[in-house]
Amino acid sequence: MKAQPDSTGCREAPVLKERGQREVFCGLTGIIWLHRKMQDAFFLVVGSRTCAHLLQSAAGVMIFAEPRFGTAVLEEKDLAGLADANEELDREVARLLARRPDIRQLFLVGSCPSEVIKLDLSRAAERLTEIHAPHVRVLNYSGSGIETTFTQGEDACLAAMVPHLPHSDERQLMVAGALPDVVEDQMLKLLADLGVGPVRVLPARRVDGDLSVGPNTVVAVAQPFLGDTLEALERRGARHLPAPFPFGEQGTTAWLAAIAREFGVPEAHFEAVTAAPRARARKAVASASENLRGKTIFFFPDSQLEVPLARFMTTECGMRPLEIGSPFIHKGLVGPDLDMIPAGPIISEGQDVDLQLERCRAQRPDLTVCGLGLANPLEAEGLTTKWAIELVFTPVHFYEQAGDLAGLFSRPVRRKGLLRMEAAE
Amino acid sequence: MKLTVWTYEGPPHVGAMRVATGMKGLHYVLHAPQGDTYADLLFTMIERRNHRPPVTYTTFQARDLGSDTADLFEVACRDAVERFNPEAIIVGASCTAELIQDDPGGIAERMGLDLPVVALELPSYQRKENFGVSETFLQLVRHLARPMERTARVSCNILGPTGLGFRHRDDVEELTGLLHEIGVDVNVIAPMGSSPTDLTRLGAAHFNVMLYPEAAEDACRWMERNLEQPYTRTVPIGVGATRDFIAEVGRLAGIANPRTDESRLRLPWWSASVDSTYLTGKRVFIFGDATHAIAAARIARDEMGFEVVGLGCYNREFARPIRAVAREMGLEALVTDDYLEVERAIEEASPEMILGTQMERHIGKRLGIPCAVISAPVHVQDFPARYSPQGGWEGANVIFDTWIHPLVMGLEEHLLAMFREDFEFHDEAGPSHHGGHAPRPMAPMEPANASHAPAAGEAAEPAATPTAAPAGGEVIWLADAEKELRKIPFFVRGKARRNTEKFAAEKGLSAISIETLYEAKAHYAR
Ligand code: SF4
Ligand code: SF4
Repeated sequence: MKAQPDSTGCREAPVLKERGQREVFCGLTGIIWLHRKMQDAFFLVVGSRTCAHLLQSAAGVMIFAEPRFGTAVLEEKDLAGLADANEELDREVARLLARRPDIRQLFLVGSCPSEVIKLDLSRAAERLTEIHAPHVRVLNYSGSGIETTFTQGEDACLAAMVPHLPHSDERQLMVAGALPDVVEDQMLKLLADLGVGPVRVLPARRVDGDLSVGPNTVVAVAQPFLGDTLEALERRGARHLPAPFPFGEQGTTAWLAAIAREFGVPEAHFEAVTAAPRARARKAVASASENLRGKTIFFFPDSQLEVPLARFMTTECGMRPLEIGSPFIHKGLVGPDLDMIPAGPIISEGQDVDLQLERCRAQRPDLTVCGLGLANPLEAEGLTTKWAIELVFTPVHFYEQAGDLAGLFSRPVRRKGLLRMEAAE
Repeated sequence: MKLTVWTYEGPPHVGAMRVATGMKGLHYVLHAPQGDTYADLLFTMIERRNHRPPVTYTTFQARDLGSDTADLFEVACRDAVERFNPEAIIVGASCTAELIQDDPGGIAERMGLDLPVVALELPSYQRKENFGVSETFLQLVRHLARPMERTARVSCNILGPTGLGFRHRDDVEELTGLLHEIGVDVNVIAPMGSSPTDLTRLGAAHFNVMLYPEAAEDACRWMERNLEQPYTRTVPIGVGATRDFIAEVGRLAGIANPRTDESRLRLPWWSASVDSTYLTGKRVFIFGDATHAIAAARIARDEMGFEVVGLGCYNREFARPIRAVAREMGLEALVTDDYLEVERAIEEASPEMILGTQMERHIGKRLGIPCAVISAPVHVQDFPARYSPQGGWEGANVIFDTWIHPLVMGLEEHLLAMFREDFEFHDEAGPSHHGGHAPRPMAPMEPANASHAPAAGEAAEPAATPTAAPAGGEVIWLADAEKELRKIPFFVRGKARRNTEKFAAEKGLSAISIETLYEAKAHYAR
């Protein structure tokens, strides 16, 4: 059964706001991909053993020799007096920077404990910038679980960088959002072929990039969780180009089209540049989504990618969403995607995990997208799941990844059909 | 403040979770922010559990601070009791909640709940995961266990196994069989597999088997004092230790000549067969939790014929016993939870093999030293589908296989040396049974799995090359010596290089010739 297109879409659908136990990561988790993206940056979490353990568990046990992140673990004596905590922090930073001369930007990342004891990391960042300038720039943001949910950590990080960007009056496009390098390169090539430029990417791979912002900057957002970053850019005079997010053939085309319109790219030229990759993406999605069509899908809140992904699953893979849960629904960003999803599914924001599990069990979706803590238990109950975190760590944006994206969802469904353990007779 | 990159132990509330998740009918109400729910995935992904851990997190947010976090706790507590209907609950705070001082224990006790409430005090800024396990288990035992009439037949409790434990599932099975053969019944196995109601029956056993001291020593001591139950001191990992354990059980159970069926035990003959002469004198570095490291040291020296060149543990609580064992082996124990320090010590000792944790496996990868895993911290690979205990007779067999797996096999070692320049059979190929897993200068990414999906598609960071130029650069390698060095099989090359440089430095030489290389070889020959 194919979802019926509906002129109203989901933008005006009532949002079920939940406030109960959550089963989501905190914003510290973003460090796992941000530190790979910004190659001269170090992320120093000021937190507890729990924070260090979270990072380690999310990163797998030690994938990198010496990663560009670490946790300054607060100890009993740091809790006793803030003066000492600041002194200790200065000492640890000095030690770190002496050992890692390749570090050009240092992020002090706030955690729940540092925020509860009111350790002022913005003052610390100013102080440390003075000490270590001009070689190292020290910024701060919060990745704490009391302030941020999972991908909001990236949002907080990028938003912290915006006030420090040089001013520019140049007419330019800025793309906001950390993308895997291979995807970013594909995107830059598409934009160059369209004749759009200059293009700046936030975050830049290195601190001394050519990044700048000003009133003639237009912003295309590549990740749906960058609400604060967008606001910060708008405060610097930049203007947002609302569009669906670049997932799948349709999302990518709509996203590029918004930019093309803004930069006056002739329609025929747009067609010429996008025709071939569009056809490729359509074909790849068609074959990867074969066993998804007509099936139902349920999203637990995780990364804020839920709405755009639900849009992709609905309009390109023929699935019917039952519930689209997201930690936070920023209509200014995901509105265009919501417009494309036919009315029907529950749209929920926040979480009360036990109630949501009851809804999920009652509806028995064909595919449930959820976090790692829930996936195996739900599989054991006979549901088919896709762990959401993979959608954040895998290249999934733009045309060439459209088939892979559909494949991530179809593999669990396919596996379910493949496994047979009964006796032949 | 201490800069930490990788940690051997999680925070203490994760220890409490390991107890709760191992048990049945117990629920943990944890005052904690949302991000702390990451700990669930340790159990559901790494251990592949098919149930969510029995933990309710209050997930308070910044906007709740100062107003109603205590109410939030109370509501969460009441809801959890209603929803999950546990036999008992444990309540406590994570590191953040400890700072806001809502006193979860006090709140829960005042709520008048109709079930045992055990309040946990786990100081997050001082202690770690193993303490959390031990303290939680102790508190449960104190609240629930009572002196009572002993079972008619001689019986014991097996204490220490938890959720997320290194091979606990299989050790328990192996030990239960062993005790059965001796003629001792198992009364309660705890925490793993037991319910709070089961814990009330602990007192019926005649004695306790302390399987993992990290988890159970405090509880065993308490039960010795309050329930008059003696407990075993030997951890039955390895052939000799298992024999000692059987004798100890015999004494405690009043069985004169305890016997078990040794027909399944293969390690002694496997170690004594000719192929194993290639194991003789292999230099091994051992690091893990104290219990497993101590057991491994004895097996390595006495049951495999290895030379132990380094021994240490990351849990300070057990510094004393491991120091004693190290001293007896003529070593100084390395007691640290600083992973970089362990790496330095291993580089320094340049062993031929590491027996360590998943952390040391990575160190081994970087230094090109084979490594077998003997201890937690655990990883998805430490929960194999097949039966693979560490303890008892089958445990000894498993350990033999596990330890020699990363090594180049006996004859193969000679062939590699003989044909080291053969284009196909060259030494960089590593052990032939490892496929793509030969040590490479860069830490290779392994197949994606649960806990490291994040890195998918990203290249590993370049690792330090083990064979760096000598410090200070005073000693240089002449070209022909360098070429000769390259003919030495890769798995001993690093050591040969370091030894030669050390030798040259000691002799005050400024350049290394082929002559120096072989002089050094003779000097260090064992
Ligand atoms: S890459 Fe992943 S699976 Fe392989 S050893 Fe490292 S953490 Fe374990
Ligand atoms: S939720 Fe808070 S305390 Fe927990 S890991 Fe995240 S920042 Fe640290």
